[in-house]
Amino acid sequence: MNAPLLAFNENGIYCAQAGVYLDPWKPVDKAIISHGHADHSRWGHKKYITHHSNVPIIKHRLGEIEVAGKAWNETFIINGVTFSFHPAGHIIGSSQIRVEYKGEVWVFTGDYKTEDDGVAVPYEVVKCTTFITECTFGLPAFKWLPQQQVITEINEWWQKNKEDGRTSVLFGYSLGKAQRLLKHLDPSIGKIYTHGAIENMTEVVRPLISMPPTIRVTRETKKEELKGNMVLAPPSAHGTPWIRKMVPYNTASASGWMAFRGARRRRAIDKGFVMSDHCDWQGLLSSIKATGCEKVICTHGYTDIFSRYLNEQGYDARTAETQYEGEMGELESKVESVDDVVPDEEKANIKVKPNKNNK
Amino acid sequence: MRNFAELIKTLDSTNKTTLKVEALTKYLQLAQDKDKVWAIAILSHRRPPRPVNTTLLRTWASELANIPLWLFEESYHIVGDLAETIALVIPVSEANSEKTLTQFLVEMIELKAKTDEDKKHYLFENWKTLNYYERFVFCKLITGSFRIGVSQKLMTRALSKATEIDEDILAYKLMGNWDPQKISFTQLILEENEEDYLSKPYPFYLAYAVENEVKTLGDVKDWTAEHKWDGIRSQVIIRNDQLFVWSRGEELVTDKYPEFQAFVNTIPNGTVLDGEILPFIENAIGSFNELQTRIGRKTVSKALLKKTPVILKTYDILEWKGKDIRDLPYVERRKILEKLFTEVSTEKTANNFPLHLSETISFQNWAEVAAERSRAREERSEGLMLKRLDSPYLVGRKKGDWWKWKVAPLTIDAVLTYAMRGHGRRTNLFTDYTFGLWDEEKKALVTFAKAYSGLTDAEFRKLDAWIKKNTLERFGPVRNVVPHHVFEIAFEGVAESKRHKSGVATRFPRILRWRQDKKIEDANTIEDLKGLIAPAPQPPKGE
Repeated sequence: MNAPLLAFNENGIYCAQAGVYLDPWKPVDKAIISHGHADHSRWGHKKYITHHSNVPIIKHRLGEIEVAGKAWNETFIINGVTFSFHPAGHIIGSSQIRVEYKGEVWVFTGDYKTEDDGVAVPYEVVKCTTFITECTFGLPAFKWLPQQQVITEINEWWQKNKEDGRTSVLFGYSLGKAQRLLKHLDPSIGKIYTHGAIENMTEVVRPLISMPPTIRVTRETKKEELKGNMVLAPPSAHGTPWIRKMVPYNTASASGWMAFRGARRRRAIDKGFVMSDHCDWQGLLSSIKATGCEKVICTHGYTDIFSRYLNEQGYDARTAETQYEGEMGELESKVESVDDVVPDEEKANIKVKPNKNNK
Repeated sequence: MRNFAELIKTLDSTNKTTLKVEALTKYLQLAQDKDKVWAIAILSHRRPPRPVNTTLLRTWASELANIPLWLFEESYHIVGDLAETIALVIPVSEANSEKTLTQFLVEMIELKAKTDEDKKHYLFENWKTLNYYERFVFCKLITGSFRIGVSQKLMTRALSKATEIDEDILAYKLMGNWDPQKISFTQLILEENEEDYLSKPYPFYLAYAVENEVKTLGDVKDWTAEHKWDGIRSQVIIRNDQLFVWSRGEELVTDKYPEFQAFVNTIPNGTVLDGEILPFIENAIGSFNELQTRIGRKTVSKALLKKTPVILKTYDILEWKGKDIRDLPYVERRKILEKLFTEVSTEKTANNFPLHLSETISFQNWAEVAAERSRAREERSEGLMLKRLDSPYLVGRKKGDWWKWKVAPLTIDAVLTYAMRGHGRRTNLFTDYTFGLWDEEKKALVTFAKAYSGLTDAEFRKLDAWIKKNTLERFGPVRNVVPHHVFEIAFEGVAESKRHKSGVATRFPRILRWRQDKKIEDANTIEDLKGLIAPAPQPPKGE
C-alpha cells in the first residue's frame, strides 16, 4: 500500500510527495497555512504559503517571515501535487487547503464555520475523497442561532447597560471574533472602544473590511468617557487591573462555549452570547455530507465522540492527534499571542519569541 | 411559567448579587400568589417528588433529539447537568407557554402516578413546544435539584424586600415542613399562625473558622469554649408531647433516631435544644464513619440500633417553657441548659439516657485553650468552638460571636489515578479526582479517596489539559490517567472501613496542595494511612 497523501507526524500534517506541511506545530522548511490563529500559524518555519488576506495577519503576528500569498482557487503544484486554498468562513483570510495527487483529493479544513458572518469570505463546499475536519463543537448540544438574532441580543444588551449607566465590556478574540462583533455592533447606541490588542489587529484588517470606527483605550482614557459605551476586549483582559477603568461595567462573552451555563459561571461573566466561529453539530454533519467524502479524519475537538458517531453513520472516520486547541481552546482564557496580554504602549519593547512549549 | 423562566434567564445574565436580588424581588412582587409559593418552595429546595426516573428521561430525550443514547450520555457528561443537556439537544422551539408555574407543578405531581406512555406523551408535548429557557426550567423541575446559583439566603433577602417583613422572621417562617400545594402565600408568609409552629425549628446559628490568631479575639474572660463534635448538627424539639428532630439541612429526621423518643415526657414541653447527634458505642463517642450507617437509613433495624446507638450532645437551648430565649446571653442559656440536664439525667443515666451535655472548658488564658484544642483527636472532636459569653443565638452564618477553631487536618501524599468531569461551574473540566496510595510492595496504587476541592481555577485548568492528553483508558465518563501527579490530601479523620477497598475511610478529604516537586515513588502507602488511625477514646472514668 502506498503512503497516504497526507500523514500526521510529530511536526504536523505532512505531504511526503510534495515535502510540505499543513499548519505544522514545529518549525519546518515549508508550511501551508490555513489561517492566522496562533495554534495554526506558528513561529519558525522557513517558508509560509497562505491566502493573500492572511498575509498581513501572520506578518503582524510573526514579524518578518518569508511568505507567499495565493488567491482563492489558485492552484500551485509542488512535485506533482496540486494545492489550492478555498474559503473556510472561520475568520478573515481563513482557508481550507485542498490537496490533489493522481486523482485523489484531500481537504484539510483548518477551522471553519458554515454561516456567512459578513466578515470572512463564506465557507465553500469542496468535493473530496478524504476530509480532515475539526470538530471543536462536535456534540449535539451545540446549535447556533442565526447570527442576526445574536447580534440583536448583543445590541439590546448594550442599549440596556447604557440606560443603567454602565459600560459594556464584551470579550472576544482579538483576531476574528473582535472584528465580527465590531462589524455588527450598532454605532448609533454609543462609541466603541477597543483594548490595544484588538485595536492593533483591527488596524491590520481594516483595509479588507469596512467596520465602524473605534477608539483605543489608553492610559489617557478617562473613566467618565467610557460610561454607557462599548469596550471590546480579549478574554484574557477579564480579571486584570486594566478592566477597573470601566467600572461600573457589565461583562459578556461571545463564544460557542457560552452554550453551557457552567462555562459562563466559571468565568464569572455576567452574560454569555452563544456565537462561534466554528461549525455547530449540524454544520459539521452537513459539510461532511456535502463534500461527498468517504473518509473523515477528526483533528481537534470532541474527536472520539464525533468519529464514533460518523462511523455509525457509515463513514470511515478516525481521529488524529494534533496540537490544535479544540477541546481547551476558546473555553478558557488562553493567550493567543503576546498581543492579548500586553497593552499597546508596552508592546514596543517586547520582541515576539518562539513559544518555548513547542520546542 | 413565562415569568418564572424569564426570572431564571435574568438571574443567569448577571454575576452580581444585587442584580439577582433585584430580579427576584420584582418577581415576588408581581407574580400570582400561588406561583410565589411555588417559586419560594423551589428555591428553598422543596421540590415535588421526581415524576419520571432519569433513565426514562435520557432515553426519551435522545429519541426526540434523534441521536443514539450513548451520544446523549456523552453529551450529558460534558454538559454536566441533565436538564440543561435535554434542553440543548432537542430541536429549538420559539414558542412559550401560557400555563402558570403552578399549573406545571400540579401537572408534574399528577404525572407521577401515570403510565410510562402518558409520561412520554406529556414530556414530548412540552419539550417540543417550550422555548429554550422554559424547557430548561421545565426539565429542572422534573429532574429535581434546582440549583441555579441562588441560595435560600438570597431568596429570603428578596422576599424580605418584596414583603417588607424582616429577613430573620421570614427565615423562621420558611423553615420546617410546609406543603406548597396546600399552603397559600398569606398563610405561609403574611399570617401569624401559632399551630404551624409546633414542629418549627429555629434557623441554625453557624460559625466561621478562626481567621487570625485567637489572641485577636480579645479578652479571654469574655469567652468560653467547648469541643467541636463531629456528628450531625441538629435541633431537638419537644412540644405538645411530641418530638421533632431537624438536621441542619432543614430535613426532618425524627424517624431516623427513635432513641430520642425517650425525651418526650422527660424533657418538659416547650423545649428546643441545639446539639450534635453522635454515635455512642460501648460508652465512647464513635467515628463519623460509624454514624454514616445511621444517616442513610429511613427505617432503623433493631440490630443497627443496638450496634450503633446515638446520643444528642447538646450545647444550647433556644426555647424554654415555650418561650424563644435566643436573645438571652449564651451564659444565661447555658445555665438553663445545665439545670435542665442535671434534672433529667440524674435518674436516667443508668438507662443510657441519650442526652449528653457538651461540657464547657475552663481556662485562664489563650494558651490553655490551645492546649485543650491539641487534645481534640483524643476526644474524638474536630477542635474547639469558641463562643462569646454574652452572645445571643443569631440566624445563619455570622462573624463575631462564635468561631470554630479546628485542629490542623491530617495529611498524606497520594497519586492522581482517575478523573471525571465536574458539574455546575466546572462543566466540561476534569475536576473530580480519585487518589491512590501504594500497596505494601509499592507496586500498585490502591484507591483511597475522592476529592473535588482545594485547587485554584488555574490549577484545575492546567490539570484538565494534562488529563485530556494523558488518558490511559475511558470507562464512560471516568478516565484512568497516567500515574504522574502527586497531591497532598488533607482530611479530618481516618477510620477502618469494610466498605472501602482500601480498608480505610477518610473524613472530608480535600486537596491541600499539588506537589509538583514530588514523584509518584514519593507518595505514601496505605500502611502509612492506617498508622494515622486514632485509638478509640477511653470511656470516661468514674462513672
